[in-house]
Amino acid sequence: MTVFLTLVVIALFGITLWQMSKILKLSQAKTDNSQVANDKDNNLQGKLMLAFVIFLYLLTIYCFVQYDSYFLPESASEHGVDYDRLMLISMVLIMIVQILTQGLLHFFSYKYRGKKENKALFFADNDKLEFIWTIIPVIVLAGLIIYGLFTWTDIMNIDEEDGDPLIVELYAYQFDWRARYSGEDNELGKANVRYIEGINTLGLDVSDTYGKDDKITNELHLPVNRKVIFKMRSQDVLHSAYMPFFRAQMNVVPGMITEFAYTPTVTSEEMRNSEFMVEKVATINKIRREKSKKLVAAGDEALEEYTFEYYLLCNKICGVSHYNMQMKIIVESEEDYKAWLKTQPTFGEQLSAQASN
Amino acid sequence: MSVTQGDNHDHDHDDHGHHKETFITKYIFSQDHKMISKQYLITGLIMGIIGIAMSLLFRMQLAWPDHQFTIYEILLGKFGEDGVMDPGIYLALVTIHGTIMVFFVLTAGLSGTFSNLLIPLQIGARDMASGFLNMISYWLFFLSSVIMVLSLFAEAGPASAGWTIYPPLSALPQAIGGSGTGMTLWLVSMAIFIASSLLGSLNYVVTVINLRTKGMSMTRLPLTIWAFFVTAIIGIVSFPVLLSAALLLIMDRSFGTSFYLSDIYIQGEVLHNQGGSPVLFEHLFWFLGHPEVYIVLLPALGITSEIIATNARKPIFGYRAMVASILAIAFLSTIVWGHHMFVSGMNPFLGSVFTFTTLLIAIPSAVKAFNYITTLWKGNLQFNPAMLFSIGLVSTFITGGLTGIILGDSTLDINVHDTYFVVAHFHLVMGISALYGLFAGVYHWFPKMYGKMMNKNLGYVHFWITAIGAYGVFFPMHFVGMAGLPRRYYTNSNFPYFDDLTDTNVLITAFAIFAAAGQLVFLYNFISSIFYGKKAVQNPWKSNTLEWTTPVEHMHGNWPGEIPHVHRWPYDYSKTNENGEYVIAGQDFVSQIIPLQEGEEEMHH
Repeated sequence: MTVFLTLVVIALFGITLWQMSKILKLSQAKTDNSQVANDKDNNLQGKLMLAFVIFLYLLTIYCFVQYDSYFLPESASEHGVDYDRLMLISMVLIMIVQILTQGLLHFFSYKYRGKKENKALFFADNDKLEFIWTIIPVIVLAGLIIYGLFTWTDIMNIDEEDGDPLIVELYAYQFDWRARYSGEDNELGKANVRYIEGINTLGLDVSDTYGKDDKITNELHLPVNRKVIFKMRSQDVLHSAYMPFFRAQMNVVPGMITEFAYTPTVTSEEMRNSEFMVEKVATINKIRREKSKKLVAAGDEALEEYTFEYYLLCNKICGVSHYNMQMKIIVESEEDYKAWLKTQPTFGEQLSAQASN
Repeated sequence: MSVTQGDNHDHDHDDHGHHKETFITKYIFSQDHKMISKQYLITGLIMGIIGIAMSLLFRMQLAWPDHQFTIYEILLGKFGEDGVMDPGIYLALVTIHGTIMVFFVLTAGLSGTFSNLLIPLQIGARDMASGFLNMISYWLFFLSSVIMVLSLFAEAGPASAGWTIYPPLSALPQAIGGSGTGMTLWLVSMAIFIASSLLGSLNYVVTVINLRTKGMSMTRLPLTIWAFFVTAIIGIVSFPVLLSAALLLIMDRSFGTSFYLSDIYIQGEVLHNQGGSPVLFEHLFWFLGHPEVYIVLLPALGITSEIIATNARKPIFGYRAMVASILAIAFLSTIVWGHHMFVSGMNPFLGSVFTFTTLLIAIPSAVKAFNYITTLWKGNLQFNPAMLFSIGLVSTFITGGLTGIILGDSTLDINVHDTYFVVAHFHLVMGISALYGLFAGVYHWFPKMYGKMMNKNLGYVHFWITAIGAYGVFFPMHFVGMAGLPRRYYTNSNFPYFDDLTDTNVLITAFAIFAAAGQLVFLYNFISSIFYGKKAVQNPWKSNTLEWTTPVEHMHGNWPGEIPHVHRWPYDYSKTNENGEYVIAGQDFVSQIIPLQEGEEEMHH
């Protein structure tokens, strides 16, 4: 039935177009029929070009105003401050260029719309002009490149000796994350997928004593203001550990260990109570309540009230449930972190508990 | 059937008139470049319809994730049962949409169509250097298109590892259903496609080098030809690398090698593979993948250079700079691939190098944009539909190009990598821009292809719907990306933090449907003009290039009688003598075949 209806709709649509073309043809019978733009067309299209750039400006303004709350809040990591500054500089720069060039392009289109009696200017070359608009991008881009490279080197320079960084393994598999804390010795035990067996789901080498005090968890707790170095491992396919609030991302690659490091500076609590987040969460909850009403009316369960938590999500296509591969991140005070960590069993304890069963 | 060199004087057109042409040799296994170009165009358009239809399906899913649409069940069968889209088929749609649009529409459909049509016509040759290879090239493309479409019907679904087919996901059927038969067909199809593309490109390069008519020096080539020529070269350099990447992947998939696989535990089993690296695949893939962006874009830029000059009734500003930019972009495009891999786990030092080379590309791109704008300045702009699309291209090229400055910076890439910001960026800068180039080319050279004119009013409607739709889709999408929403998510309702993006997703989808509907106007215009269009005159746009000196009716060998000689560059629009009069009185253009007039100076552009 639906197929039939679809066919009918398509057929009707075809007929409509056919009729429209007939009307068009009839209406054009007496006028200029060359299908080449004439002065009337040039006039109209030129004005539309001007209208279009106004549309573009309005769209830009609308997006920046209306979607203001989409931008991520201030960075919750130390290097993120530099990141945000560089982003702001680049953004301002490209918006200026965007507004100027689009303006010129469309304004010229409008201003020089063709007329029969007009004569175009034969202007084929001007070395000075071309030099100017080669050298300006060169200078601006040189600035951006240099700034960007310094920041990049700072972020990517991961030094385990510097300070007292916390070492955590992020372990990815279809479709979840695990964190492995390196324990008292701050040294991760050796691991390989070939050791995976029973409760040893991360494939730790049982004979490696460094691994005995490792703690495997499904939440990521981080002490505030202490550098953390992530060592990432994947069990099956490519994943990507994306932590947008910390301006952090690194792919997780089977067969190798990738690294990323940052220092969290804003606790979950602080972020939750920040002005930005309070407002954002209120909006989200309003939307969720609206949705819940419909759901309840349809006999479904209502959506839960949302409270903000940092999250880590998978950002490299990894399979059918890619869209729901996440882990909660909690940034807390050193004491809270230690208290939480104490409640987690070590790998050694897990193994002996298993053995005694 | 011989193809003659341009300066072969004793080659008379009569040689061409007496070949026996059957329906099959004329319309199907044709070796005539004009027919092959039409074949490319129509195959490309059909693939385009499939690709755009797919995008509508997944856009609907993104806008209304909880809603059931019967259309899913009709079109996707068991993957859309009860009107609910399967998450696997969502990924497959995204994957095949990307593959089809990038390779089949914008590489073959754009470059294949216009390189074939314009290279012989604009350089003054009777045909391609090898008509036979050209024919093979098209039919390999056709075969690969058929296989790609067939792969949609694979039992466990078509390839669904993203158009970049990163292993191990693409290598392991255990990891995702689409990596079984679907992926095999994808790889076979692409291998054939690459063969087709290489045959085509070699032909283009040889033709441009060897078959230019007398007087057609390299600096008198229209910018279209420069663009096609350089595009063909980067295709020859980079496509073979994709072929090797695909071959190694086939080995890993079918013969148990470990080029890309190591230490994998999946579905309760450890695989034997050891020592390979997915990062290797990423390098090989993007060694093609990035030049591919310019393989798609350069022909579009070439086409618009020609169209903007013709319709502005002005020479293109800075011809030499334009050629230099094309060359610079082509060279740089082969050494920037790493910017797709800043966070892939490759050495961060490499990231620095690639940031440097990537941002360098902004310079020739900026030069091109400024030159286009200057070409409009003090012109006498004729707003034919092709001109509108060309200006539209410059606009989206700027908008999309500028965000490249953010993505090309390794630092800034960290937090926007693989988000919708990237999707918005590349759709504007290469997708929409190249499509505009394709449309501009079709509107401009339709009279040459079919001997008919397309309806201009429908063309205007088509342009404005597309222009508004394209910005409506991709401008707000940047903001969704800035919120940190990853691409390739079947639904973002599993993260309450993204709940407030729903309205924007609906808006984007609405614009997408609007823009797609606008393409029906084009299709209608295209098809009806072929049959019922107004008959074209020889040179409807008053253009200087050689293709407009050929008769409207197609003939084998292009020119009756001798091939014309070329006496000037192609951009003598509105050129005046010292007294302010046009070089040829009463006519604001001077065809390339017209010798220098008395008292006229040749431009040393």
